[in-house]
Amino acid sequence: MNGQHQSDNPVTTRSGDPAASPLVRFDAVSKRFAGVTAVDGVSLDIYPGEFFALLGPSGCGKTTLLRTLAGFETPDSGRVLLNGEDLTRVPPHRRPVNMMFQSYALFPHLTVAGNVAFGLKQDGLPQEEIAARIAEMLALLRLEGLEARKPHQLSGGQRQRVALARALVKHPRVLLLDEPLAALDKKLRGETQFELMRLKERLGLTFVIVTHDQEEAMTVASRIGVMNHGRLVQVATPSEIYEQPNSRWVADFIGDVNLIDGRVAEKTTVVTTVATTPAGTIRAAASDAKPGDSVAVALRPEKIRIGREVPPASLNAVEGEVAAIGYLGDFSIYKVRLADGFVMEAAAANVARVIERPVSIGDRVWLSWATDAGVVLTQ
Amino acid sequence: MSARSHSKRSWGQRLVILIPYLWLAAFFLVPFLIVFKISLSQFATAQPPYLPQFDLDEGLAGLKEFFSELSSANYARLVSDWLYLSSYGRSLAIAFVSTAMLLALGLPIAYAMARAPRRWQGVLFLLIVLPFWTSFLIRVYAWMTILQRDGLLNQALLAIGIVDAPPVWISTDAAIFIGIVYTYLPFMVLPIYATLERMDETLLEAAADLGCPRWKAFWLVTVPLALPGAIAGSILCFIPIVGEFVIPDLLGGSGTMMIGQTLWLEFFNNRDWPAASAVAVVLLALLIVPLILFQHVQARRLEQGG
Repeated sequence: MNGQHQSDNPVTTRSGDPAASPLVRFDAVSKRFAGVTAVDGVSLDIYPGEFFALLGPSGCGKTTLLRTLAGFETPDSGRVLLNGEDLTRVPPHRRPVNMMFQSYALFPHLTVAGNVAFGLKQDGLPQEEIAARIAEMLALLRLEGLEARKPHQLSGGQRQRVALARALVKHPRVLLLDEPLAALDKKLRGETQFELMRLKERLGLTFVIVTHDQEEAMTVASRIGVMNHGRLVQVATPSEIYEQPNSRWVADFIGDVNLIDGRVAEKTTVVTTVATTPAGTIRAAASDAKPGDSVAVALRPEKIRIGREVPPASLNAVEGEVAAIGYLGDFSIYKVRLADGFVMEAAAANVARVIERPVSIGDRVWLSWATDAGVVLTQ
Repeated sequence: MSARSHSKRSWGQRLVILIPYLWLAAFFLVPFLIVFKISLSQFATAQPPYLPQFDLDEGLAGLKEFFSELSSANYARLVSDWLYLSSYGRSLAIAFVSTAMLLALGLPIAYAMARAPRRWQGVLFLLIVLPFWTSFLIRVYAWMTILQRDGLLNQALLAIGIVDAPPVWISTDAAIFIGIVYTYLPFMVLPIYATLERMDETLLEAAADLGCPRWKAFWLVTVPLALPGAIAGSILCFIPIVGEFVIPDLLGGSGTMMIGQTLWLEFFNNRDWPAASAVAVVLLALLIVPLILFQHVQARRLEQGG
């Protein structure tokens, strides 16, 4: 948008640049409310140009963490730094970050233009510059012609864009988004996710989004911090989080997964063999687990092939009976009961429109998957 | 069959709509017309104490004679006699000043109530309406003893040492303002509280986030959002204060009168029903302006969905 901000944030790689110094640093931040620990010793670096998502179930402390960055909550211990400067005791109105609220928090007594102008007026900018920046921002968010409307005269999507315009017009160092799309319907939410990514690239800003919707986090974010019970449990790119979860909890929280318990029988540099699972002995990807450790093999349903023929010996394979089928249009989910009653889930893309002999309930089928499909989880 | 049930329903609906209008006609419009008629009559030593009397027996000729004897002389007297003008002026001035005082006091109280923890708000609300459990008249009598020379107020002031000699409170304008502000405070606090209570707290966070310090957010966000409640409260207080009789009569001095006292005097002491009626009609005309304003504000609030 203006040159200064673009040169500030040239990094648009998906994972941020680890060589760069962090823009935002949470340093062992803790916050308790009436005996309940909302945020528990969180340390996290967010780099310039990142689209960082704080993801977790409701009550995991993600919103509280975001609010310590906005200044609405003061940490009980730890520090919040922006560009190396300690913000912990700086009141919210003096922080160069802006927030888009879940409820949008538009001022009902002001027009669209008045709402967007509010922050600029606080900075005491000259009238002409305020007008120019409002016009520019309203054009960017396709809100032209709505300047004189009051918030109650707008649709949900328009209100959302006004809230976004109001936060962006101040050229914040970091834009904070608290569940920004929760109030929109599914279709509009999808469109708006791509709109957010377009805006971030266009303005070259750093975005931090809080969401409980894993699909949303996966879509928009370049890096995700997964939170549970006030702690960061994994920080990684969306594909790493999905393909390399570091715990049963993360594997289970993100997407669908088969978690198969067993004990490590032997390991090499490329294969971990897990025995005594409900699906027999499984060869999975290399891991830190030692022989004898109790582990779980995390296996994504779409990595499992389902078929009537006996699969080749190079693959892991187990036989079972189809107990249920969920038809999702693009995909079908098959629940397959193994010999000892353990149910595994496999997903198959519905590639062909017409199938001669489709798999149906009660059929005996073989499930098979490659050695590197399973991830061994020790915790 | 269906047409019959339809017409039945619409009759029921009409009746429901009609009831408030019938109520207003019976208890406001008809009495007002009677008062208006009396205001056009002349004082007479008779029973009832005014002329002309309307006599149905004399037929159309009597009706003509009746109308010919009506006059606006009482209204001319209201304008020419300084007593009435000064009473009106004093009433409006006292109402204006005390409404401003109520606003200055009521807004912070309502704001503090709305910002108090949820579990306290019910108790605070109860405390505001608690005085209504006791009769208004008894509470004004209580103020008479509080404001006496050796009353509670002076005892307190002397004890703290703010004053050396007990100041005179009773029969002064200060006593009138104290009584009015005390009596009408709930009518100012409650409408403002009702608007502030619904206010989304995140609006203040949004203001802070956009670079607005707390004190400024109060003026830029809270006050504009409280405005409909403040206007409603001001009108709810201003109108009855203008016509207030009991408070100035019991707490105020005998020197200058508010219009309610003047009216009372004309009616009960002088038995000049026509003059008293004219005073009442003009008072009503004066108060219709803020009432229409109130209606306008209410309608706009409804349009905006509250």
